Amino acid sequence: MIKQLTASAIVALGLATGAAQAAGAGGEVHDTAFSFEGPFGKYDKEQLRRGLKVYTEVCSACHGLRYVPLRTLSDKGGPEYTEDEVRAYAAENFTIYDPELDDDRARVPADFFPTVSGEGMGPDLSLMAKARAGFHGPAGTGINQLVKGMGGAEYIASFLTAFNGKEQEVAGQYLNGNDVFPGGWTSMPPQLEDGSVEYDDGHNNSAHHLAEDVAAFLMWTAEPKMMARKQAGFISVLMLVLLTSLLYLTNKKLWAPHKGKKFNA
Amino acid sequence: MSGIPHDHYEPKSGFEKWLDERLPIVGLAYGTLMIPTPKNLNWWWIWGIVLAFCLVMQIVTGIILVMHYTPHVDLAFASVEHIMRNVNGGHMIRYIHMNGASLFFLAVYIHIFRGLFYGSYKAPREITWIVGMIIYLLMMATGFMGYVLPWGQMSFWGATVITGLFGAIPFIGEPLQTFLLGGPAVDNATLNRFFSLHYLLPFVIAALVAVHIWAFHTTGNNNPTGVEVRRGSKEEAKKDTLPFWPYFVIKDLFALGLILVGFFAIVGFMPNYLGHPDNYIEANALATPAHIVPEWYFLPFYAILRAFTADVWVVQLVSFVTGGIIDAKFFGVLAMFGAIIVMALAPWLDTSSVRSGQYRPAFKWWYRLLLIDFVVLMWVGARDTNFPHDWISLIGSTYWFAYFLVILPLLGLFEKPSTPPATIEEDFNAHYPGAAE
Repeated sequence: MIKQLTASAIVALGLATGAAQAAGAGGEVHDTAFSFEGPFGKYDKEQLRRGLKVYTEVCSACHGLRYVPLRTLSDKGGPEYTEDEVRAYAAENFTIYDPELDDDRARVPADFFPTVSGEGMGPDLSLMAKARAGFHGPAGTGINQLVKGMGGAEYIASFLTAFNGKEQEVAGQYLNGNDVFPGGWTSMPPQLEDGSVEYDDGHNNSAHHLAEDVAAFLMWTAEPKMMARKQAGFISVLMLVLLTSLLYLTNKKLWAPHKGKKFNA
Repeated sequence: MSGIPHDHYEPKSGFEKWLDERLPIVGLAYGTLMIPTPKNLNWWWIWGIVLAFCLVMQIVTGIILVMHYTPHVDLAFASVEHIMRNVNGGHMIRYIHMNGASLFFLAVYIHIFRGLFYGSYKAPREITWIVGMIIYLLMMATGFMGYVLPWGQMSFWGATVITGLFGAIPFIGEPLQTFLLGGPAVDNATLNRFFSLHYLLPFVIAALVAVHIWAFHTTGNNNPTGVEVRRGSKEEAKKDTLPFWPYFVIKDLFALGLILVGFFAIVGFMPNYLGHPDNYIEANALATPAHIVPEWYFLPFYAILRAFTADVWVVQLVSFVTGGIIDAKFFGVLAMFGAIIVMALAPWLDTSSVRSGQYRPAFKWWYRLLLIDFVVLMWVGARDTNFPHDWISLIGSTYWFAYFLVILPLLGLFEKPSTPPATIEEDFNAHYPGAAE
């Protein structure tokens, strides 16, 4: 008994210490109410379109989306452009080297978004929203993720608006202060300012909104089948609830005579 | 077959007799399905079915994934993304397989701890227990190698750390590690052999599951009282048991349905909750992740592995006595495997004459402490090794060994158990007063 109490005291101590550590290390990712959160959440088509515009005009200079086929821009549960719009978008913005022509040609919907690599270029963003977590605690138990989601999109939105203006040069590399990036310094310079991208639908284009929109778009590039997945989840759960209810009644009826109970159904 | 007296299959039609004389397969299926099962089994006895279901689910989804997966360091990560984006229903198949591993381990842990409480490991069920432990070890190997296949950062670095354990073995460690990896470091050869073994081992597990079932069908199931079924006559046995079909099949399927509701909610609504974000970054031998954390189901044993550092006096003593052959790293490896070996030896370490923990007042508390210990080790396994985590994992690991090596042997000698009911029927009727009439 005493040993048990000691153990629980140790656990409590450990939990408290862990929480303190989590608060100290790295930056605070602020929670954003995205439309796609929770079992009922859906992508906001308009937001994805705005995010695509931010990506195209700003991010795509240094970041690729190598796993995302351009044709998926017209998929259900995505930005849902028409096929003609996707064809025009691909041709207008990206080229690709064609070995048969031995020259560059405009991209078509069957191509992927470009792969961007080389000196000064950033990491591929296809999966970035799933490769980061916004919330870990308390004490690394991940309970916050249960409540708020994994927080990859929140991380991106927070990161893009967390530049604090500090700069330093380390071994010939310029680093920019960022309150969200682990360690506090990133080689990426600040990109988004109020009004740096003009939206077609006249939506508010403050830096804060630009960051959220592109974060939502990157969540879609990371998890394009999210809506299909949730739908499959709903159907599975509903069918299983039905099946389980029937099995419950069957089981009750089956055992009733042996347990000396009456079963009426 | 020896065991509980019950009705056997009698071939009736001409064809049945013809077949039965050549291959008694119908009789085997009948005997397996109609086995007399203690009627007082509680809800902790449903996890066997869940485990059988998990094995089938993992094999079926796995076979489909293999149709689209490419085991090559340059293509593996992209092929998983291909499954997630372009294969019809591929994202669901993969998420089911991924989370299926977690359900599998959740079920196996509950199944093992059920056995530890109700004394299912005790004579005459030692073989069932040992086979179960081998299955569990193979599950860990399979799960670990499966986690390497997507070739993400955690895949790569997890493989590097875990195969490094073999490198800690004195004298033969380094050549052994190179042999296992197929080269000096985790690379294409490693990925290919892990893929091959990840496909092979589930079928070995399936065969051992058959042995596991065979063993406990020979001895009969344990039950919450630990009292054996009366075997004097068929009539007597019938008072203690009901046939597995339909009574326990339907009961277990109901429980399975309930568990799957939760499982599919996770797959549908939060499939990445149990994973690690770093595994969505392609493996990079030049960039080590900030924290290398195994999957949750390995954490308790990972904590034991890390607990015994060079500043622990036991480690120093052993290192001194063996002339440095057993250093801290190798000690940790021995402790991790030892933690599972002592569990496998439980049938011979437990000296109590009473089987079920229900009738052992002191045992109950030590057992509950072991449960807490397991959860604490799981939690601390994901933390860094600074104070107080080093102490927590050391105390937790010590208790794990103390439970099996000291407490189980001594309790049997000093504890005064209460008296279990005389028969299973008596226990059942005490729960359901209407049943006696």
